[in-house]
Amino acid sequence: MLTQWIARLGSQNGYRAQATSVPGVAQRTGATVYYVEMMPWAASEPEPILSLMPTAGDVDVVLASELMEAGRAMIRNLVSADRTTLISSTHRIYAISEKIARGNGIANGDTVMSAAQQRAKRFIRFDMAETSHRAGCAISAVMFGALAGSGALPFPRAAYIEAIRSEGKASAANLAGFEAGFRESQDLGGAHASAPQDPMTPTTEAGRALTTRILAELPSSTFRMAVEGVRRLLDYQDYAYASLYLDRLVELHGVDSERGGWRLTREAARYLALWMAYDDTIRVADLKIRDTRMKRVRNEVGAGNGQLVNVTEFMHPRFREFCDTLPRRMGGRLLHSRWAKRLLGRFFAKGRFIETTGLIGFAVLAFLASLRRWRPSTLRYAEEQARILAWLKLVKTAARDNPDAAVEIIQCQRLIKGYGDTYANGLAAFDRIITAYVGMKDEPDVAPRIRGLREAALGSG
Amino acid sequence: MAERSFQKEVQTLRLGAGEVFEGEGILAVTKALLQSGVAYVGGYPGAPISHLMDVFTEADGLLQELGVKFEANASEAGAAAMLSASVNYPLRGAVAWKSVVGTNVASDALSNIASAGVLGGALVIVGEDYGEGSSIVQERTQAFAMKSQMWLLDPRTNLTTIVDAVENGFRLSEASRTPVMLQLRIRACHMTGRFVARDNTRPKLTTADAAGDPQRDTSRIVLPPALFTHELEKVRDRWPAALEFIASSRLNEHFGPGEGRVGLIVQGGLFNALNRALELEGLSDCQGASALPILCLNVTYPLVPDELVAFCSNKRSVLIIEEGQPEFTEHELNTILNRHGLTTRVCGKDFLPRAGEYTTQVIRSGLRGFLDKWHPELGITAPASQAAPDPALASTVPPRPPGFCTGCPERPVFTAMKLLERELGPSHVSADIGCHLFSTLAPFNIGTTTSGYGLGTASAAAFSSGSRRPIAVMGDGGFWHNGLTSGIGNAVFNKDDTVTVVIDNGYAAATGGQDNLSSKAILADRATGKSIEKAARGVGVDWAHTIERTYDVGRMKDIIRAALTGAEKGPKLIVAQSECMLNKQRRESPRLAAAAKAGKRTVRDRFGVDPDTCTGDHSCIRISGCPSLTIKPNPDPLREDPVAHVNHECVGCGLCGEASHAAVLCPSFYRARIVTNPHRLERWLVSLRQFLVARIQAWARARRALRAY
Repeated sequence: MLTQWIARLGSQNGYRAQATSVPGVAQRTGATVYYVEMMPWAASEPEPILSLMPTAGDVDVVLASELMEAGRAMIRNLVSADRTTLISSTHRIYAISEKIARGNGIANGDTVMSAAQQRAKRFIRFDMAETSHRAGCAISAVMFGALAGSGALPFPRAAYIEAIRSEGKASAANLAGFEAGFRESQDLGGAHASAPQDPMTPTTEAGRALTTRILAELPSSTFRMAVEGVRRLLDYQDYAYASLYLDRLVELHGVDSERGGWRLTREAARYLALWMAYDDTIRVADLKIRDTRMKRVRNEVGAGNGQLVNVTEFMHPRFREFCDTLPRRMGGRLLHSRWAKRLLGRFFAKGRFIETTGLIGFAVLAFLASLRRWRPSTLRYAEEQARILAWLKLVKTAARDNPDAAVEIIQCQRLIKGYGDTYANGLAAFDRIITAYVGMKDEPDVAPRIRGLREAALGSG
Repeated sequence: MAERSFQKEVQTLRLGAGEVFEGEGILAVTKALLQSGVAYVGGYPGAPISHLMDVFTEADGLLQELGVKFEANASEAGAAAMLSASVNYPLRGAVAWKSVVGTNVASDALSNIASAGVLGGALVIVGEDYGEGSSIVQERTQAFAMKSQMWLLDPRTNLTTIVDAVENGFRLSEASRTPVMLQLRIRACHMTGRFVARDNTRPKLTTADAAGDPQRDTSRIVLPPALFTHELEKVRDRWPAALEFIASSRLNEHFGPGEGRVGLIVQGGLFNALNRALELEGLSDCQGASALPILCLNVTYPLVPDELVAFCSNKRSVLIIEEGQPEFTEHELNTILNRHGLTTRVCGKDFLPRAGEYTTQVIRSGLRGFLDKWHPELGITAPASQAAPDPALASTVPPRPPGFCTGCPERPVFTAMKLLERELGPSHVSADIGCHLFSTLAPFNIGTTTSGYGLGTASAAAFSSGSRRPIAVMGDGGFWHNGLTSGIGNAVFNKDDTVTVVIDNGYAAATGGQDNLSSKAILADRATGKSIEKAARGVGVDWAHTIERTYDVGRMKDIIRAALTGAEKGPKLIVAQSECMLNKQRRESPRLAAAAKAGKRTVRDRFGVDPDTCTGDHSCIRISGCPSLTIKPNPDPLREDPVAHVNHECVGCGLCGEASHAAVLCPSFYRARIVTNPHRLERWLVSLRQFLVARIQAWARARRALRAY
């Protein structure tokens, strides 16, 4: 659509415009280059010889509908400092390689931004996806508006609107998108202030008590993370559990050193909280039925006022999770009993659809959530606490011999995430690294080696 | 229903003499065919000529008015065979396909027709899918033209030249009794331009007339002894006739001065790029006023020796700009000059790369190297080695490979195969041509080889008696193109113990969503709705199942497991059937939007991920790869890894939920069923329910506030 508009813009204003593209499989998410050439021309003159592909150093405007597309245009040398106006959206459509990483595979957008600033004659950028979403139009309309606003082509604004009209696409949304794109291309400020973080102000007696402890017993560089940890565990369980978290953290702080900027304590504040707030059935049920969640869902799916939204969860509780939620002894015995597995197993063979917006579904989840107060007596609780204690013990020993290795071991908690098989695989990877550590702990490069193993496990393999 | 509609554009095909046509290259070719009095057209879709087939389909009304027969051929071989209508009758016929792969399929028929020779003009329009964005093997169609002796046109990329090439192609074909190939590069097919139209012409003889008055000539049948005569005719009669026609009609063009120390010989299709390269060196302008003599070969085969000898005489050296390899033209030019005793040095691949697309940039570099050596007086020097692209940038920007579309029904088949692979270990998987070939890329990484359209099952034949059954994947397009006979029939006959999964999305989706035999659409002019399973059973497959909803990953997994591990020997067929989501959305979205606007109750599903229960492991993405299932920064201040996120492109296909069930993934996925214009009773019930739920939620919130931070 954008290509047609640009070609139309030229041909309606005394130019001979030629557009080409390479569609095909590329249009199914692959990268595609659309190319337009135009030059002043009157119908009485012979046809000019126009090129069908862009050439390095010979391009006036590059329009990129996504940030990495701008990067690709630069890699292809289509952007030159003496000539090219680069107009790019700053939003990201993540590539598959970024999405499949077990950890964080997102490419660094700043590299592209700074390269664009150096390599383009002018670099106009803003989040065009956001703008088009607000205008309710396709991103092309916003890009066309940005092209008009850039003034890179010798045509007045009205000519652009006329081009949209004559292609028969002058819907209110497209015109609004064009206007918004035009406006935003004039504003080079770009950076919007990031959202303010949650304040460190406690709202309850429990919160205040824990904050006092944090301020008194921990170094200042760990405050924010420790407050987040406490906030999480209060929400997850209760005051006693959050206090246990602080006890454990303070103990680690005891083996940490100021020389490293209390790095071990800071990292532990994060990873200890995450492990202690392990995701069990009770937690999931609790989060699913909250009013804030229902609001978020409505918002996310873009439901309007008159529309009803029915929400169905896809849950697959297994026999294992059932036992996990039982009191420790009973759960343990059941889990290892063959007849119980045979008798009850079939109830857990299939995935369940739970309609949270329905009364029954809601009641089931509300019941599960209400098991929170019995959580400390469950099998899963006992198992997780044992694992946590073993991990902390290892870290404390390591901290004395090799503080860097201790930090690396703390960070290995990042591998333990997910549910079901994913959780089991993560835990297995964690165990493998811990075993490897025990085997090589006296070697000088143990810290970087653990990091290497962890990063490999978080890759996309 | 094809991916793109040409309803509006088809009207330009009716333009009369003197009117200016403005539009895409592919449409211009169609117009040129009608102006040339073509009697029959056909072909098989595939980029870059898919749209040509779509235009034929949509212009069927106009074609019928003009008495032109249009056949949507089952394969390129079928299309080529149709050209035999021009062997005995003065009928002009044109067929189109994607090359080089389509030409491979067609080559049997092409050899035979080229041997017999034609009476009416026979034109093969090959959409050359070479270079950037290509999805096929990188080979030259010219080899086929040469071995079967068909003439090859490669016109300058300018609509007037291309339109003239169509008309001239027919005339050349008739003058030399030889089929002619018209090569259109991918960008030329999609290039916009203009030309002055001429009136459409009804064929002098229609195929219907010809059928009513059958003609027969045994000397045109490829059997001994006629076939030996054919070879003789080719070199004795047809070749000289072609040279005479090309020279006298001046199909090749000259640019720049007549004389010069050096000259440039260029394939027509590369002329524009060459001219731009010369412009950038200050040696030409936008009208092609080159400072150096240029011979532009709009006919790349055969070469006209007299033309080349005249051009090369008195020149130190010529540079031939010929894309692809082997460099047939360069070789032949050397032979011609040698035979004529010319010492002009022929340069080509010594300055230009042997492989890859000849972009303006590539031609410019080669040209500079050539001029530096052979025309140093110009002061143009060979380029220094290419400046390395910014390494930081190159390592940051991720590649963007093609993948399945949002909501694609083929994806769940591979999700099931991926899950099964974890359970049973990997099998050998022969992939096929079609969208499903994207399974070989991330995140599925399933599929070992691809050896041709509809050849998935045939490719697995060697492994059909091993300890582990191989799996062959095939599309519905491939099945009807070739797979039923070369794959299924072959497997039945040889008692191959293989599993074939036919992915039936109702269209030839990879080529742009054209209908085929098993399409669900009911069409006036075509027979559809034929069952793939029945066809396979018809050739003798006993173990065959059709799954009508591929999104049911559990079921899909069970059936493939059964096929892989069952006791029964012999070929097994699974038809995985669900409509191509692109086509479905194109049809359903406007309908739903209109109904909602009209106040009717409509229901739409969308999926989502709860960011607070998602732990950012991305297992879900590794078994899906849906574009709408993406990631976003984790809103949780404690967690670092991005969370999964379903963006607003989601079409609610259901795979996310099914996969998380089948793989026992995670409870973060939810389905939101959005009801627009709900009934009154429904609304009332929901508000009652919400009232109760809100009470409990308020109570829970208050309790939470007590223990909050």
